[in-house]
Amino acid sequence: MSLLIKKGRILDPASHLDKVLDIFIEDGKIKRIEADIDLACEQVIDASGKVVIPGLIDMHTHLREPGREDEETIESGTRAAARGGFTTICCMPNTEPAIDDPSLVEFIYKQTENKGIVEVLPIAAISKDRKGKNLSPMGRLKAAGAVAFSDDGDWIANSSLMRRALEYLKSFNLVLISHCEDKNLSGGGVMNEGYFSTITGLKGIPREAEEVALFRDLALARMSRSSLHIAHVSTCRSVKLIREAKQAGVKVTAEVTPHHFTLTEKEVATFDTNTKINPPLRGTEDIEALKEGLIDSAIDVIATDHAPHTPEEKEKDYVGAPFGIIGLETAFGLVIRELVEKKVLSLMQAVAKLTINPARILGIDRGRIKEGVKANITIFDPDKVWLVKEEELASKSKNSPFIGWKLPGKIERTIVGGKIVYSG
Amino acid sequence: MAKLAKLMDKEEIRRALSRLSHQILEKDKEVKDLVIVGIQRRGVPLAERISGMIEKMEGKKLDTGTLDITLYRDDLTQIAHQPIVRNTHIPFPIDNKRIVLVDDVLYTGRTVRAAIDVLIDFGRPRKIELAVLVDRGHRELPIRADFVGKNIPTASEEMVEVKLEEVDGRDEVLLLRRN
Amino acid sequence: MNFKRKDLLGIQDLSKEEILFILETTKSFREVLDRPIKKVPTLRGRTVVNLFFEVSTRTRMSFELAEKRLSADVLNFSSANSSLVKGETLLDTAKNILAMKVDCFVLRHPVPGTPHLLAKKLPIPIINAGDGAHEHPTQALSDIYTIQERKKRIEGLKIAIIGDITHSRVARSNIWGLSKLGAQVRVCGPPTLIPPLMEEMGVEVFYLPEDALRGVDIVMMLRIQKERQNEGLLPSISEYIDFFSLTEDRLKLAREDVLVMHPGPVNRGVELPARIADGKRSVILDQVVNGVAVRMAVLYLLLAKR
Repeated sequence: MSLLIKKGRILDPASHLDKVLDIFIEDGKIKRIEADIDLACEQVIDASGKVVIPGLIDMHTHLREPGREDEETIESGTRAAARGGFTTICCMPNTEPAIDDPSLVEFIYKQTENKGIVEVLPIAAISKDRKGKNLSPMGRLKAAGAVAFSDDGDWIANSSLMRRALEYLKSFNLVLISHCEDKNLSGGGVMNEGYFSTITGLKGIPREAEEVALFRDLALARMSRSSLHIAHVSTCRSVKLIREAKQAGVKVTAEVTPHHFTLTEKEVATFDTNTKINPPLRGTEDIEALKEGLIDSAIDVIATDHAPHTPEEKEKDYVGAPFGIIGLETAFGLVIRELVEKKVLSLMQAVAKLTINPARILGIDRGRIKEGVKANITIFDPDKVWLVKEEELASKSKNSPFIGWKLPGKIERTIVGGKIVYSG
Repeated sequence: MAKLAKLMDKEEIRRALSRLSHQILEKDKEVKDLVIVGIQRRGVPLAERISGMIEKMEGKKLDTGTLDITLYRDDLTQIAHQPIVRNTHIPFPIDNKRIVLVDDVLYTGRTVRAAIDVLIDFGRPRKIELAVLVDRGHRELPIRADFVGKNIPTASEEMVEVKLEEVDGRDEVLLLRRN
Repeated sequence: MNFKRKDLLGIQDLSKEEILFILETTKSFREVLDRPIKKVPTLRGRTVVNLFFEVSTRTRMSFELAEKRLSADVLNFSSANSSLVKGETLLDTAKNILAMKVDCFVLRHPVPGTPHLLAKKLPIPIINAGDGAHEHPTQALSDIYTIQERKKRIEGLKIAIIGDITHSRVARSNIWGLSKLGAQVRVCGPPTLIPPLMEEMGVEVFYLPEDALRGVDIVMMLRIQKERQNEGLLPSISEYIDFFSLTEDRLKLAREDVLVMHPGPVNRGVELPARIADGKRSVILDQVVNGVAVRMAVLYLLLAKR
């Protein structure tokens, strides 16, 4: 099985490569990267005028399997990923049951092998059943293939447990991903606390619910000298806290979602439940700070927090509807539109935050275009704008506030292990 | 709207109203129970003028009210925009009174039908009579005027427009054609 | 002017002209309420459904009376006997009732934005009868009508709204409406019951009635719920009475011709003493009767057309 990608502009942030070259792929691996490769291949892709980048990596996806297959499955979720240019996605463990046991990690790999079209790497729970009481068997979970640990959806409120989790993980050299939210402050809230919660009468979630939790986590990461990754950073002061912690030598990394740097709390005033997200959409000053964080690398990664919910769930009233929106299929377009086109990041920097940066944090050999590595590659058309249509979304759920938006950077091909899994 | 003719001028209107006032009095000399009620919008100033004329003749002030028929219209489910509801002001009892309803133009009779319904919700008058400045025909209900200023035969595509000092700044009656 | 809206969802999105037009129309309906027969045939053959997902006696009765006085057929649906408990969503319920050919929903719901959800999904007029702490447009319109009736103007008046601002839809709707008509609105309450960035709504914020009441033309007291104590927002209701209720002494700080208002139901002795509630400055009962007229006007404007 061989594949030749011809005349594409190859962009590889890890090696700072930005050049029109051909890529020859054989047996699932990148064999040669040269100009004008003249080899007989089973498949040839003419990528002239297109950009060839490492396959995108999402380190924050909710695939809902097992337990809520009505919302998403590994099959539908990986198809959505492929359509969005992602070749590797990391699924969060807040399933039913939670991924807190090696057998469940194995189940994810098995399902992916049978039904998935991109790579799925499981993130396992920090605490048993995500209850925040006892540590999950982290060593065994890693042995089964877990790539990180998180109780995403909940913060580890018990500071002692958080400290022990951070310490214990050092034996296994994996990162802990924290969902920073002090639920005593955020409890019952459904949107950012501020002018718009005041006028809508909806209960607010103050920025401080995130910041208070973050501050403690940073203190514990410093104390334990462990690797900590902060999920979905949403506030101005969170960015500042992370930046300062990094400067002080704390091993902390952070991610932001496309919706948090694109939409503001103002959207909530329409009462569209596709604006109900946790952490909530914040203000314009937060968006500015998130962008600054992306520029100076206080924020390392862009992750989707893809959170599928059925129309029945999202058609409820604003309080009754669940938090979360899908993101895999719109993430790349939003990155181009909001960051690259607005000159916040260069294309190279933006791609790094979707490829090599998450790969390094997770310690996986992915996210680069280099001879000898697994051929996970995404090709997009920098000049093609596409319309987000509900009926074309591959995700089982359609809860996106971006339906009807025109996005640049149309994904043309998604290639996993040398195999084309999506053609746009 | 194309103007076809001027049917009445200020003086003709004055004379017509004076005649109406006399006829109202002649029909029933007793003014003790007489009440004049104008239908919004141009029936209202007409009612006040008639009331004033009778007051001059008889030296007695009449109870004079205004009435809006909007809430009693029979075509509210057929029109695209709801009409403006105007003031109804009948601050006196009407039981056992002789009421003369006043309007500018009598046409289909539907306005008068609605006005009678309004009055009956205010009480049980002894008698309701109708005075109009112009009767242009084309009735759709079995209604006739007791006192008519001027009978004007019209075609259905024509319109009679009454202008009054109090509302429009001048007194005249025009015949118009719908375009 | 033509009132072109399909729904009445809040005061925030109404223009000054629209508010004035509703108030002007209200005048005509207020007159109907003084007639010997207080019923007009305007909405004969129309069916209005009162969908109430919160306990409410006054607002529901006021709407029902308004509907009946316009000769509409009235269907009452309250959450106590609803099928929502069986997992049916609000939208399902509304669609099912709509299938029976009804002409309008009046919705009271504890969650902000629910009338907007129905308005977007259903082709018939939706009237917001209170959505959580968001808006209660007909109450505010009746309050504003009452002020206008007594003071003959709104512009330039100083109005203090005192109490639990955070949880009050009446406060929000009144703030929008009164500000649009040129009044100066002040809000006052303990800071735990005043939402953040309130000033951006164009009001002045005070933390004690002694400061808020100085020179006001109108004082609007809001109902305080016992729950606020359990939620940790107040030490106790009795402490609240000490510092935030309307006393004769505090009322002396206002203008001599001050009007005292309350959207009801009044906790006598809590927000204000019975003597003030029943006193000559109180227009609480005017608010009630005007509420019926305002609701008739709104129903007329939304329903009396094709």
